[in-house]
Amino acid sequence: MKRINFASSLRGGRSSRRSNPLADGRLLRRSLRSLLATTVVVLLAACAPVDLAAPIPTFDTGMDPNAWAQVPAGEFYFGQNEDIESTEAYEIMVTDVTVAQYVEFLNQAFADGHVKVDGDQVVGFYPGDEFHGVKHEIEINAGDWIFVPLNDPASRFTFVRADGAAFVAKTGWENHPMTNVTWFGAWGYCEYNESSLPTKIQWEKAARGTDARPFPWGWEIARENANFYASRDPFEDMSSFGSRTSPVGFYNGDAYDGFQTANSASPYGLYDMAGDVWQWIGDVTEGFSDRFMRGGSKDTYDMDLRVWVRNSAPPMYYSPGVGFRCVR
Amino acid sequence: MKDRFQYLFGSTKGLILVAIAMIGIVTAIWGMLSGPMAEMGVRDVVIKLLGMDIVQAEREGRIIILYHSIAMAIIAIETYMVTGLLKMKPFFKTAINAIITVGYILTMIFGMGFAYFGHNWAFHGLYIFGLSLIFFAGVLLCIALWPWNKEYYVTDKDYAHTKSGLDLERTAFFATAVTTVISALFGAIPGSYFGNGFEVFLAENVIRLPEKTVLEYSVIGHLHIMLALIGIMITLIIGRWLNFKGNWHKVAMPLMILGTLVLNLGVWGVVTPLEPIAHMIIYVGATPSMFAALLLLIWDWNKLIQDGTAHLQKPSFGQKIAALVRDPLKFGPTWQMLFMNFTTSGIGIFMAIRLEEIFRIWPAREERIELTGHWHVLSAIIATIILLYFGDMNGFKGKLRQWYGWSIIVLSDIAFGAVTIFEMKRLFITEAEQQPLVNGLMYAIDFGLGMLLVILAILLVYRLTDLFKKKGRWTDELDHELAQEVNQ
Repeated sequence: MKRINFASSLRGGRSSRRSNPLADGRLLRRSLRSLLATTVVVLLAACAPVDLAAPIPTFDTGMDPNAWAQVPAGEFYFGQNEDIESTEAYEIMVTDVTVAQYVEFLNQAFADGHVKVDGDQVVGFYPGDEFHGVKHEIEINAGDWIFVPLNDPASRFTFVRADGAAFVAKTGWENHPMTNVTWFGAWGYCEYNESSLPTKIQWEKAARGTDARPFPWGWEIARENANFYASRDPFEDMSSFGSRTSPVGFYNGDAYDGFQTANSASPYGLYDMAGDVWQWIGDVTEGFSDRFMRGGSKDTYDMDLRVWVRNSAPPMYYSPGVGFRCVR
Repeated sequence: MKDRFQYLFGSTKGLILVAIAMIGIVTAIWGMLSGPMAEMGVRDVVIKLLGMDIVQAEREGRIIILYHSIAMAIIAIETYMVTGLLKMKPFFKTAINAIITVGYILTMIFGMGFAYFGHNWAFHGLYIFGLSLIFFAGVLLCIALWPWNKEYYVTDKDYAHTKSGLDLERTAFFATAVTTVISALFGAIPGSYFGNGFEVFLAENVIRLPEKTVLEYSVIGHLHIMLALIGIMITLIIGRWLNFKGNWHKVAMPLMILGTLVLNLGVWGVVTPLEPIAHMIIYVGATPSMFAALLLLIWDWNKLIQDGTAHLQKPSFGQKIAALVRDPLKFGPTWQMLFMNFTTSGIGIFMAIRLEEIFRIWPAREERIELTGHWHVLSAIIATIILLYFGDMNGFKGKLRQWYGWSIIVLSDIAFGAVTIFEMKRLFITEAEQQPLVNGLMYAIDFGLGMLLVILAILLVYRLTDLFKKKGRWTDELDHELAQEVNQ
């Protein structure tokens, strides 16, 4: 292809005199071309595949994922603007539902027909929401809805059609929070276990206690408190797969292979109420099909770990950064 | 000393230099408080070093004051450009420039002092007083621009005007100024309400909530229209600087007036019973405004090509392209306006069209990335257009002009392009697999914006050293007005 020499084109012909590359703009054009080429190379290199099955460090945090914490009845400060709200007494799980717990549920529910495999997903019955026809509202009718996807490389369990257990937790991920689970899947787990997803009021009181603190453990956040974006925990590699979840109750004041954590329990003794994974909230809002999430995650900056910050998504959404816990 | 003070605070170019320096300082320092500086630990060092008092619960309030501090300096720069380019009584020019200068400096210094260095309420009072002064300067600007003053009527057939001689370009400036002042109130009233209750929110955090109060709608409308009006005003300013005229001008100016008015009516309509169709009105208003900007672009590129190939009998396509890009400071502003369509307007329209199928399927935080990304890019594009014009004001010629202009265009476009890919990444990559791409995009964004700041720093150091010279460039600029430098 014939190259156009812009400078000489402008002069109406090829220049015969010897010229200074800086003076006639050649250096500028070369520099700009190099800069653009470098940018393209950097972006192409950035498309390198990620090893989603990379080994994960395993640590026993000593947490009992079946433990529940008591939250007494009474008033508390709700939201960034510290409105006064109150709750009855209730119990909430000390940690998020783990992969091992959810796999156990899937196996039981699969065996007794509460859930079934439909194509590349596990589905279960949900009685539906009242539809109001509000702008952007999605119609959620009674029927089978996705609980978890199958064969998603980011999922922490596998599905094998064999005798006995059909669902198996991936090695090393058993005590990590269950992720890649939809709101329906979280709702289904809690219902199956005679509990429910927390309302926003219940969730925030459990995280915050009765003072106005922005974080479950207090007023400031440090890397030792929680798993958030670039928090340099043992599970992340920002040059490759980025942030990954930490085992439930990891930030309990223990040291793990030289990584010292701070005891980051909430006033009622809950762990991971900030960071690690967003947690589904049970509220169904009239005219709004999205479900809310709280707590921030391994993928968000520290500002999103403040107790009042919310996220939302349609109930069929799932992500490696979203989990849940139950109340009763 | 007196002469230098007179230059910095009494001449148009000096005032613009001071405002750009103020913005540069704020951007350089406060840019270190967010990613990627935050995760590298730089934020903690800056906070300690400067003795900032950062309260977690007050982040939104701090950011709102930061945005206003920078935006007020941009408003001041545009005002200086308007008073420097358009005819008006000297009293108005002096009064407007003086009041808005005191206003934005008070706003910036005491606003940032209040937000980041403990809550001295006297500072907050001075911050509000500064904003009030800027509002008052805006009212004076509207009076000064009054286009029905016969003194400002035009008869030159090259410029858009009515049969009676009403200057339609001046009317467009006037309409933009008036609607800006009204739209400022649109934010000030709910701001006072929320402020007195010490409640704040960022629009991008409530965008999905189905129920919003009238005052929340008002704040959301305010921030959208103010940025749109800053964009419209810089388009008019660039048009005046380039001496936009001819048939394109005659079509563009009525469209600009119509677009500005309809756009504002649509935005104000969100707090009226018109709310259900407010977005439609906004689209109807935005279309003529953007079309007018397109006409400016066509005219400008055509003129650059004609001027650059005037000595050739039958220029080839390559020669035309070479002529078009010969002067980056004249080509750059309209190119950046075109580029904006890929990074801002295009994204916004795509989101609006595919809202139900794509964006509302993603979590709200993903949608927030698009929202914050697209208006950060729009703001930054406006800043680069100002910097390109500022390069011309500095009289850059030859190699310096080429390097300065092309560096701003290419570096900023690399950064803005990367931001755009970052915003839309969920269309083509999953959360689990995104990190290497995110890293690459972050390198591009940080390199582009970082180098832009370095160029700005070099420019400001050059201007600072120039101030120490007895016969520096500043002496030439002391009495030089922007209107004298309009393209002929």
